[in-house]
Amino acid sequence: MSASVYPDLERVLPLVQKPIQYVGGEVNAVSKEWDSVNVRWALMYPDAYEVGAPNQGVAILYEVLNGRADALAERTYAVWPDLEALMREHGIPQFTVDSHRAVGDFDLLGISFATELGYTNMLTALDLAGIPLHSRDRGDDDPIVVAGGHAAFNPEPVADFIDAAVLGDGEQAVLAITDIVAEFKAAGSPGGRAELIHRLAASGVVYVPSRYDVEYLPDGRIRRVKPIDADVPWRVAKHTVMDLDDWDYPRAPLVPLAETVHERMSVEIFRGCTRGCRFCQAGMITRPVRERSQAGIEKMVARGLSATGFEEVGLLSLSSADHSEIAPLTKSLADCYSSSQTSLSLPSTRVDAFNVDLANELSRNGRRSGLTFAPEGGSERMRKVINKMVTEEDLIKTVSTAYAAGWRNVKLYFMCGLPTETDEDVLQIARLAKEVIRVGREVSGTRDIRCTVSIGGFVPKPHTPFQWAAQCDHETTDARLAKLRDAVRSDKQFAKAIGFRYHDGKPGIVEGLLSRGDRRVGAVIERVWREGARFDGWSEHFSFDAWMSAAEIALADQPVDVDWFTTRERDHAEVLPWDHLDSGLDREWLWADWQDALEQVEVEDCRWTPCFDCGVCDQMGTQIQIGPTTTFVEIDR
Amino acid sequence: MAKRVPPRVADHVPAIQRLRIRYAKRGRLRFTSHRDFQRALERALRRAEVPMAFSAGFSPHPRISYANAAPTGVASEAEYFEIGVVRHCDPLMVKQQLDAALPPGLDIVDVVEAATPDFAARLEASRWSIRLDQVDASELAAAVTAIMAADEAPVERMTKGGQRTIDVRAALLAAYVTAGTGDGSADSTHSAGAGMEQTGCVILNVVVRQVTPTVRPHDVLAALRSVAGFVPPVPALVTREQQGPLAAEGLVIEDPLAADRDRLASSPT
Repeated sequence: MSASVYPDLERVLPLVQKPIQYVGGEVNAVSKEWDSVNVRWALMYPDAYEVGAPNQGVAILYEVLNGRADALAERTYAVWPDLEALMREHGIPQFTVDSHRAVGDFDLLGISFATELGYTNMLTALDLAGIPLHSRDRGDDDPIVVAGGHAAFNPEPVADFIDAAVLGDGEQAVLAITDIVAEFKAAGSPGGRAELIHRLAASGVVYVPSRYDVEYLPDGRIRRVKPIDADVPWRVAKHTVMDLDDWDYPRAPLVPLAETVHERMSVEIFRGCTRGCRFCQAGMITRPVRERSQAGIEKMVARGLSATGFEEVGLLSLSSADHSEIAPLTKSLADCYSSSQTSLSLPSTRVDAFNVDLANELSRNGRRSGLTFAPEGGSERMRKVINKMVTEEDLIKTVSTAYAAGWRNVKLYFMCGLPTETDEDVLQIARLAKEVIRVGREVSGTRDIRCTVSIGGFVPKPHTPFQWAAQCDHETTDARLAKLRDAVRSDKQFAKAIGFRYHDGKPGIVEGLLSRGDRRVGAVIERVWREGARFDGWSEHFSFDAWMSAAEIALADQPVDVDWFTTRERDHAEVLPWDHLDSGLDREWLWADWQDALEQVEVEDCRWTPCFDCGVCDQMGTQIQIGPTTTFVEIDR
Repeated sequence: MAKRVPPRVADHVPAIQRLRIRYAKRGRLRFTSHRDFQRALERALRRAEVPMAFSAGFSPHPRISYANAAPTGVASEAEYFEIGVVRHCDPLMVKQQLDAALPPGLDIVDVVEAATPDFAARLEASRWSIRLDQVDASELAAAVTAIMAADEAPVERMTKGGQRTIDVRAALLAAYVTAGTGDGSADSTHSAGAGMEQTGCVILNVVVRQVTPTVRPHDVLAALRSVAGFVPPVPALVTREQQGPLAAEGLVIEDPLAADRDRLASSPT
């Protein structure tokens, strides 16, 4: 049994901001009988409910697990500091929102890390749950803490705090983990927690950091990472779900009562991307491309809308316009739903005039307010380095099509701090923006148009060609952004038509430390959390100085520091902290692609050119799955 | 080329029937704000396939009018809204379908076809039950006597227009104390308010006239504090029990949907 903590929670809810986020009760939420199942999962998205509730990964696993007769899954989210203080005062543990059960009562706690900035929130949740922070201190009654999501492709910075990590697609992996736990419990839990951890490590389904030793060289680099037990694999591979039509989740998405960041019904139209943008970790670790069929998507949209009543459908993927059936799909959906006050959106769009046609189709009746494109690099040279194959001519043609079709605002997304970047590369963004406005005024015949330039700081990520690159220090990033801002504002003719949005470079350094860090970074995370760090993804809560002083203290007796992890370039021979985690990408191919980046050599997309041997399909036994037909064409190489 | 026009007015379908709906906010869903409820309702109407009328223009909105929403955190047995539909609907069917489409805790209590004007004006007053825990009943009774004897009971509150002084006494028609039963009526769908079952639980019942700015139950508590120094030790659990026209010199609240029911019953269809 596990009693509800709601009666205690209810007493303090009137005292906190937006209490609705803590009460659950959403349409399509599931509350199974505790004693009717053998394996119980608490699933956490380590951010506020408003961000976590729409997360697709958690939504999928919630349904997949609750679909099993012998398992249940409930959700938990990070609580804001106002409720955290009251929970500590009144002894209320971290709870699930479905049945308000204590997280510590579950068999497993699965945490989905879309970003590394959720690590401190994980520690808050563990602590509130009464689960020891360090995996080595946990006992037989504590949940097995499993990390997933893209950040789990290098879980080394949180190796001390998690028991296991899932690499790649979670659908089949959580079922396999559930099987292992169910079998272990059915046998009477022989050997206790240590045996279960060992079984998980030996299965190869998950990576269990505690069953690997990391040895270091005197200069601080890693000498090697070695499994402790003979039956634990040297490398752990990612999971890849094939045939997305067979995994049509979520079928009945939750409808939150509280307002969330995405108020829509999302359908993932394909997984993976082979555009080959060198900065993009998502594109590298989710290969190959696996499309859902048009018929499968239409079925999910129809079923999801009738289950939720949402007013908007989002067609999600890493580059939605690349779906082989996107034109007939958008036309068919627009025909079907434009009369029913249901809007359709295509959140990620490449720079391509074809995308404007799609956006026009999706906004037949609606207002044409804003369209977003991502050239990513300001100069032609920069775009070759990052393999974003867009010419200035493409961009101008695309935006002029958009303005001519009645779109009032074009948003352009760029990055700053890319490898080999100079001030001149970034200043090209200002020139481009002015050209966009000039052309826009010409084709639309009005001065009432805008262009918003949005800039993100580049953070090198594991399992990408830039994993060896030096991250740009925050002083350089900030100086470049200041020059760019001056260049945009100096020209009175355009200044008012160009919006400029950016963040300073400091958060990127912390993200860089957590992205490419190794096990020694765990001490930094724990220290900064003990000093009060929470919600690091929120600028109003994030403190760069707290992170830097925590790092200075926690790494004082190590030959490494924050700069060593972030702004230092690695060479070919260095053992990277994630080299024993297999994303399928051939290390030599990644290195060659890194060298190509420095030479400004571009790489095509393997969906429509011959395979360039990135290694994923061979290593993982997978294939590209694309249409266009009602059945998939599997490209055999 | 650049100008786009809204969908033609000719395509716009007007409402041919209006439905007046009473709903309850119960259990843990008492924490829904009015905005939360609006989103939940619009989605439930779509799930229930109620043939809603929409406003015209670029971004059409469903025709829904709300009245006097209870504050966030306050449960209610008597909230009201009105919808316009483009096809004639059976109120009983709408009640069943919409209730099934809303999450448990947001419950449809009554649906009638609108047959009279001035519905909002009939919501003259509300009866609130304010459940107070760990309170001495005689102390509370003394405070209630004091406020009813006062000529005025001003309290300060932040409104959209800034700090306002509100005279609670002017809107307060009746106040009386009853014993708490411990069943946690505001909490029937979840946990039965187990945490509230302690000795010293009493219920303060108040009848408050609908005025502008609205006098809320927490303003009444603030007035008890300023007039009689009464401060509840734990947050109160408040439920709006009734809302409607006043009768018997302000002591009784009647069903605001009765007028529509009477009109429909007396008119030949």
